[in-house]
Amino acid sequence: MPCTVSMTVNGKAVSREVEERTLLVTFLRDHLGMTGTHVGCDTSQCGACVVHVDGRSVKSCTILAAQANGASITTIEGLAAADGTLHPMQAAFREHHGLQCGFCTPGMVMSAIDLVKDNPTPTEQDVREGLEGNICRCTGYHNIVKAVLAGAEAMQGGSVKAAAE
Amino acid sequence: MANPNGIGASVRRREDARFLTGRGTYTDDISRPNQTHAVFVRSPYAHARIRGIDAGEATKAPGVVAVLTGADMEADKVGSLPCGWQIHSKDGSPMKEPPHFPIARDRARYVGDAVAVVIAETREQAKDAAELVMVDYEELPAAVTSVKALDGAAPQVHDDVTGNLCFDWHLGDAAAVDAAFAQAAHVAKLDLVNQRLIPNAMEPRAALGEYDRATGEHTLTTTSQNPHVIRLLMGAFVLGIPEHKLRVVAPDVGGGFGSKIFHYGEEAVVTWAAKKVGRPVKWTAERSESFLTDAHGRDHVSHAELALDQDGNFLALRVATIANMGAYLSTFAPSIPTYLYATLLAGQYKTPAIYAEVKAVFTNTAPVDAYRGAGRPEACYLIERLVEVAAAETGIDKAEIRRRNFVPASAMPYQTPVALQYDTGDFAKNLDIALPMVDYAGFAARKAESARKGKLRGIGFATYIEACGIAPSNVAGALGARAGLYESAEVRFHPTGSVTVFTGSHSHGQGHETTFAQLVAERFGVPIENVEIVHGDTSKIPFGMGTYGSRSLAVGGSAIVKAMDKVERKAKKIAAHMLEAAETDIEVKDGRFVVAGTDKALSIGDIALQAYVPHNFPLDELEPGLDEQAFYDPKNFTYPNGCHVCEVEIDPETGVVEVVNFAAVDDFGRVINPLIVEGQVHGGLVQGIGQALYENCVYDEESGQLITGSYMDYCMPRADDVPSFAVQYHEDQPCTHNPLGVKGCGEAGTIGASAAVMNAVVHALSDLGVTHMDMPATPERVWQVIQRHSHAQAAE
Repeated sequence: MPCTVSMTVNGKAVSREVEERTLLVTFLRDHLGMTGTHVGCDTSQCGACVVHVDGRSVKSCTILAAQANGASITTIEGLAAADGTLHPMQAAFREHHGLQCGFCTPGMVMSAIDLVKDNPTPTEQDVREGLEGNICRCTGYHNIVKAVLAGAEAMQGGSVKAAAE
Repeated sequence: MANPNGIGASVRRREDARFLTGRGTYTDDISRPNQTHAVFVRSPYAHARIRGIDAGEATKAPGVVAVLTGADMEADKVGSLPCGWQIHSKDGSPMKEPPHFPIARDRARYVGDAVAVVIAETREQAKDAAELVMVDYEELPAAVTSVKALDGAAPQVHDDVTGNLCFDWHLGDAAAVDAAFAQAAHVAKLDLVNQRLIPNAMEPRAALGEYDRATGEHTLTTTSQNPHVIRLLMGAFVLGIPEHKLRVVAPDVGGGFGSKIFHYGEEAVVTWAAKKVGRPVKWTAERSESFLTDAHGRDHVSHAELALDQDGNFLALRVATIANMGAYLSTFAPSIPTYLYATLLAGQYKTPAIYAEVKAVFTNTAPVDAYRGAGRPEACYLIERLVEVAAAETGIDKAEIRRRNFVPASAMPYQTPVALQYDTGDFAKNLDIALPMVDYAGFAARKAESARKGKLRGIGFATYIEACGIAPSNVAGALGARAGLYESAEVRFHPTGSVTVFTGSHSHGQGHETTFAQLVAERFGVPIENVEIVHGDTSKIPFGMGTYGSRSLAVGGSAIVKAMDKVERKAKKIAAHMLEAAETDIEVKDGRFVVAGTDKALSIGDIALQAYVPHNFPLDELEPGLDEQAFYDPKNFTYPNGCHVCEVEIDPETGVVEVVNFAAVDDFGRVINPLIVEGQVHGGLVQGIGQALYENCVYDEESGQLITGSYMDYCMPRADDVPSFAVQYHEDQPCTHNPLGVKGCGEAGTIGASAAVMNAVVHALSDLGVTHMDMPATPERVWQVIQRHSHAQAAE
């Protein structure tokens, strides 16, 4: 049975008719063509698909698009400012080499931002435990942890994007 | 440093801009108009005869375009997936090489073996219809573990491979080893298992096939580390498509670790099916499929013996290994437990005599092939565990026993008894740097402190050496490689001075777009933003061998240097003409072409413009253009080496092992981008720690079902499982035979870490009388070992 799903994605209203079983991540990738959000597993373990639903990080493979009806979604594509300035967390990942193949990166960055929202001054252990739901096979997490700590600090610095979030 | 973005600078990666903003283009991100979706029907049995396939219901299901089987491929004369390396057994006979069809024909030989493919309008429709394909299976008994498969009574995986033995190979001097053992004052012995792993690149494999009826051209977009290899193997051996009508593109690829080197059946199926159904066909693995069908790694069962004299000097090493090949030979499978394993058994030591025997076995499990390190971690783990056992048994300090047996730097180049010639390495120096990093001297105090908290503490070493950038082609060919192992590059200056570099290497996380551009920036003084690196598309780049075995910089980077040499020679000619000087008078200084002894000079940009606007070139002496291609074939392997030290603390109540300190000292030769190199080490270390403490691919020994088929069952290391690392490198021992002096850094971490961790774990448990335990040292297994030994001690 098809159903109509409407939501705001990165500030833009979208509406599509989809099968009821359509996952949010499938909706984003296949129906909206927003391929920045990735699918790395089929058991909701890897976290490559994390997006923000009404400001909270959610594995978009664990909810149906229909469950996000009316919600406001932010994906990795919607983080940087309109002029291209990276979100402080994105900038920190670049500065600290917190990514290699880039596949887990969108989910990692989205999770990290939500983590910092809950805990603005995390310790290394807080970051490691907070990212437990995101698997990276490339970096060994060392530089991801450094990046998130630096990103958290930069977000407190009240840069443009952090203020707008 | 002349150029802030040149050699030695930690240039921030240029590829990150797209990856951080969701603009990477991975295979599954690409969709074509009128595209269909493929879903495979896979065998639920480890071993079964396929008596028939009824696709009637599936074909009628909504959205289904076609259901295709092995019989359809056979009718179209589709061939078997070829193996790229041939090993000969001790008796001179070639390895057994049974056919490996992209879709099984009469028998399925492992859980996940493809038996049909459903092509439909949507992925969901294809999935639904795949459920309706009725396969009449006759389940057969399965040979699951390598040791049992060799037992004469085991079921036969292939009818014509007697006893499931693919090959029985050896290397080294058995007589010399026997003689040395006869003289030994002490013999250390060890049985050990290097367990099977599942690579788990985060991007699941995917393939998109297209066919253009107007031009007769096929295009395959795929998650590959080496698109030209796929084009050659698939075009020439499987589908019979000539290279000029077959384009293979590997766009952004989300990690490989070896698992994306190989030519997989799904690539051939989507390419073939796209022509058959007249529409693009896309397949993307679900993670469960990745677990079942990506080539697995390791899976060795070994017995090893080390002979020592009364002073702890190593006299000889004897190794017998059974290597599991899985159900079919994956592309490079036979080379892994042979030329990438037994040749490394000398390690960093001057052991004068070594003999290794390797039996490769077919089983009803997924094919096994290269996984990060590929043979070298297995060799390092075996030697370094055995050395640690020898140290414990002889009472010689574990750092000292290594130092005593190191090949000294003064002995370089050093010919090992197992075929390799190490060019450089200062192993004692690595150790000297590492010891203070972990405060080795203070270990006893830390152990006492742990004991006060009721914890066990251990420290373990791994001194590794690896052979990277498999080479040279003539030697590799003599050893059984069916391909050359050079690399290609083209350096094209454009009229206004920007540069495009086409490389046969492939980046799937390694940051080539940055490192390779640094080479050009350094050489010609070009701003790095004016250098574009192009890779991964057979329609754009010269024939290249791709990326594996930590070869990209040592081989691919050297090819770029060679092409730049040619560019420079041509640029000198043009400069001489422009400046009205003799070519021999042109000197290159900081990227400028200067007439010696004068202030007359040109930048490469000036020269590039003239090259393409050659209004007054003496055309019989000087061609227009500034665009040069090179193929670089290495003279030898490169030999990265290092010393890893791990300290663990174990809670005997829970069996949990915590890595409390890890130091890695590496010699990668010259380092181009330290930030990227350190990142490679970190990632490698965690894969090695993953093998030591968490990861284990388990098949049910009777049914052959994969027990660890998801992230719920296969324990991937997560951020809170691992520590931060102390990583150092030195550049005192540059590689002597490539122009950059580089050795490669991609696999080092993985090679050293497993052994270092396990040595630390066993050391921590040694007070209980534990002398060895197999990986992974999970809490349950450690707890059981502790219980067993505690009871044994209590009973004494």
